[in-house]
Amino acid sequence: MDEERIRDIEIHLLLEALRLRFGYEFHNYSRASLKRRILGCLSTCAFKRISDIIPLLLRDESFHQKLILALTVTVTEMYRDPEVFKSLKEHVFPVLKTWPFINVWHAGCASGEEVYSLAILLKEGGYLDRARIYATDINEEALCKAREGVYPAGHLRQYEENYRLAGGSECLAQSCHIRYELAMMHTDLRKNMVFANHNLATDGTFTETHLILCRNVLIYFNQELQDRVLRLFAESLIHGGFLCLGSKESLRFSSVADQFVPICSEARIFQKRLEPNHES
Amino acid sequence: MNHEAIVMGASAGGIAALNTILGGIPAFFSLPILLVQHVGPQGGRTLAACLEARTPLHVREAEEKEAIVPGTVFIAPGGYHLLVERDHTLSLSMDPKVQYARPSIDVLFESAADAYGGALVGVLLTGTGRDGAHGMTRIHLRGGLTVVQDPADAEAAEMPEAAIATGSILKVLPLPRIAPFLIELAGDGA
Repeated sequence: MDEERIRDIEIHLLLEALRLRFGYEFHNYSRASLKRRILGCLSTCAFKRISDIIPLLLRDESFHQKLILALTVTVTEMYRDPEVFKSLKEHVFPVLKTWPFINVWHAGCASGEEVYSLAILLKEGGYLDRARIYATDINEEALCKAREGVYPAGHLRQYEENYRLAGGSECLAQSCHIRYELAMMHTDLRKNMVFANHNLATDGTFTETHLILCRNVLIYFNQELQDRVLRLFAESLIHGGFLCLGSKESLRFSSVADQFVPICSEARIFQKRLEPNHES
Repeated sequence: MNHEAIVMGASAGGIAALNTILGGIPAFFSLPILLVQHVGPQGGRTLAACLEARTPLHVREAEEKEAIVPGTVFIAPGGYHLLVERDHTLSLSMDPKVQYARPSIDVLFESAADAYGGALVGVLLTGTGRDGAHGMTRIHLRGGLTVVQDPADAEAAEMPEAAIATGSILKVLPLPRIAPFLIELAGDGA
């Protein structure tokens, strides 16, 4: 058996150890990037082989944390793909306006930049007071950052430009305190936010939602897991609620695709049908 | 060894080089080509349209989880890494930049080397930096064929030179000879 096949077995065993020991389910993640992440983590340890880290993982609590962080790290920014936020403002906000309260779910929120991005626009539209924003992720360290809402001030120039392209009506700097090198998001943005650890691969729905944002998360999942997650979203959304995916993601692998109508194909915004689809 | 796929990487000066190569490949070419050209966030689509006009091959921005089919050029979307899965489908990631780039040539080449082993051809073209050097090494270690544009005729020699310095390059070819070489490899020339 060649070395590459053996390495595949090692990865399988490592993921199985994570599942049996800690309940994390990574088997249905896209394997190529997961492998890169595992090898990246391995290169920071003194070990040569993937199977060498299994004994450590099973017994060392801090190493398990480190591995989970390495496997789930994500890169995000404020108003990434500004046109998506602009579309949300144009196509989704007018509908949100008609509801007495709005539950928003940011699934896979990472360090929270997009959570604040949307909250600022909701505030400008006058909807933030009746919104509750659930921001979830499996990466605890990222959730802590999201909860703090403190970002490098050096990124603000880029964010400001994105915000302008997203149709923001003020100035992003008005939504945060800048002290030294840090930009701290205003606490009033956070008052209706709930941050929680939630695993899309294993956990269920927790509330009825009106808008779900899950951007650039599905690309990391295989078709089976994508279907699971999209079924979860379909279950959580009210009829007429909205789903916003990443610009390269779609509903095509999902058994619930026919429950949704595309609202803005460029921005990957879908609306759950107002009436249940009787054919399905 | 029968070849099953070509991965191609380019940076500065890449568009002109890609026009030359893809323009020289006939419509009946039987191998898929997976391509990373360093571009900005929206660049993938523009690049696809620009190359489509120059080649009889189908050119499109890669979609996640799509199957790799012959005679088609799949371009990494701007802002995403492009990877090949074991079952020869494509996947995308927003992982941190590699070699200051996303899409990164190394990420595509290394995953493709794992997926195709000796059946892969890696082609590294003009560019600054050293993205692609690790990827070419991986392709070589897995028994694949490595081809680099001759630094002497590359608009930017740094990237080809970095790959050559790894000692894992089998062929160094001037730009005009790359397309004929690939056609011969694919066995489509007869």
